[in-house]
Amino acid sequence: MRTRFQQQMEDLREKLLRMGGLAELAVDRACQAYTERDLTRCRLVLENESLINAAEREIDEMAFDILATQQPAAVDLRFILAVTKINADLERVGDQAVNIAERVMDLIELPAVELPVDIPRMATAVSAMVRRALESFVEGKAELAQAVLEMDHVVDRMRDEAFIMLVRKMNEEPQATQQALDALLVARNLERVADHATNISEDVIFWVLGADVRHHAQAASAAPRPERREQ
Amino acid sequence: MGVGITVEHLNAFYGKTQALFDINITVLANHATALIGPSGCGKSTFIRCLNRMHETIPEARVEGEVRIGDLSVYNGTSATQLRRRVGMVFQKANPFPTMSIYDNVAAGLKLNGFRNRKQLDEVVHKSLHASALWDEVKDSLHKKSGASLSGGQQQRLCIARALAVQPEVLLMDEPCSALDPISTGKIEELIFQLKEQYTIVIVTHNMQQAARVAEFTGFFLLGKMIEFDKTEKIFTNPSDKRTEDYVTGRFG
Repeated sequence: MRTRFQQQMEDLREKLLRMGGLAELAVDRACQAYTERDLTRCRLVLENESLINAAEREIDEMAFDILATQQPAAVDLRFILAVTKINADLERVGDQAVNIAERVMDLIELPAVELPVDIPRMATAVSAMVRRALESFVEGKAELAQAVLEMDHVVDRMRDEAFIMLVRKMNEEPQATQQALDALLVARNLERVADHATNISEDVIFWVLGADVRHHAQAASAAPRPERREQ
Repeated sequence: MGVGITVEHLNAFYGKTQALFDINITVLANHATALIGPSGCGKSTFIRCLNRMHETIPEARVEGEVRIGDLSVYNGTSATQLRRRVGMVFQKANPFPTMSIYDNVAAGLKLNGFRNRKQLDEVVHKSLHASALWDEVKDSLHKKSGASLSGGQQQRLCIARALAVQPEVLLMDEPCSALDPISTGKIEELIFQLKEQYTIVIVTHNMQQAARVAEFTGFFLLGKMIEFDKTEKIFTNPSDKRTEDYVTGRFG
């Protein structure tokens, strides 16, 4: 048993989970800031972005070090490739949270108007996707990841509905255009967070099953690997 | 050109001890096939069954069928006849120490009664080129002995010696295990080029080496062939958990 190697892999896994926690928190804070028009939470999201960026660099360095010194193979190689890709997706989730926070800061400056869009409902769905994608990574379970992929269609539909309703609002009430535009951008940012959660889930499936399910290839076509792989 | 190898229900024994159990494998012509597995798993025994070296050990015997191209190895073929078609390179380079570089390469041909000097020159030249040694030894072919070369050069000399008899299959039993990374790199590059003309079977403890040079890899454990598949599959997503545990270093 390669004890040092296993320890490096465990450290990498823990580091990614901590980063996942930061990204998840950033999205939740940004969404709460939207609902409650809360400037403090917006600032927290902006301040914490540097922590996510630093974690991204650190995880890349750890993965690079393991690849260079340990020459991992099979499930270990797939794990490291998955980690580096999940790492990039989590960093982008952090960026989307910052974008949402900036939209909210803009909205807070404007008079509040009634908008025909349920951003909190969309935010709840997106947060659940991020949380479950990370859970699938923690558990090493492809079926959990597969469930996240199926949720992406729901969020896409919410985004499409939001676009239609908000464009109509802009046409009917031009004085609310700026607020509607901000809400529309928030909806788009949330939909992108959902895309990143989808990517993370696809990477978990790749790690666990060795199957590439990107671009609508089906996980079911992969060779069955029932048992959970320990890291 | 290389020929394919077919192995069916191969069992090998050392006295009463069975070392290989019902091995079935088809090695494609003009490809490199790597055999991996922990020490004592039977991979060297297997490769030695392909050119009948296994039976040179007292009380060792083989059951089953091995075919090199259309030649049935254990059915009416003499060992000498077989080894003209199946060359072998060993873990430790073993040039004939008292012979010059030239004579080392020409030894196999001379043993087979080949005496035409001009043709011998041609074969030695061609074999040393093929083993990527020509440029390093061309000025001392007759002056230096094989033993005076470095370890990596000696191993390439042994490859040249094996190639000189124009085999169709080249067996390599851990050919780089005693070499530094530079020499190993040269041998690996050579394997990559040689498989255009020969069928290569290489036993290696170095899994990265198997991944680098071979299109197919077989994993042996306790005398059994656990998994045989494309190298890429063995090292990225093997089908058998025992293979995965071995290639990821969880045992072995």
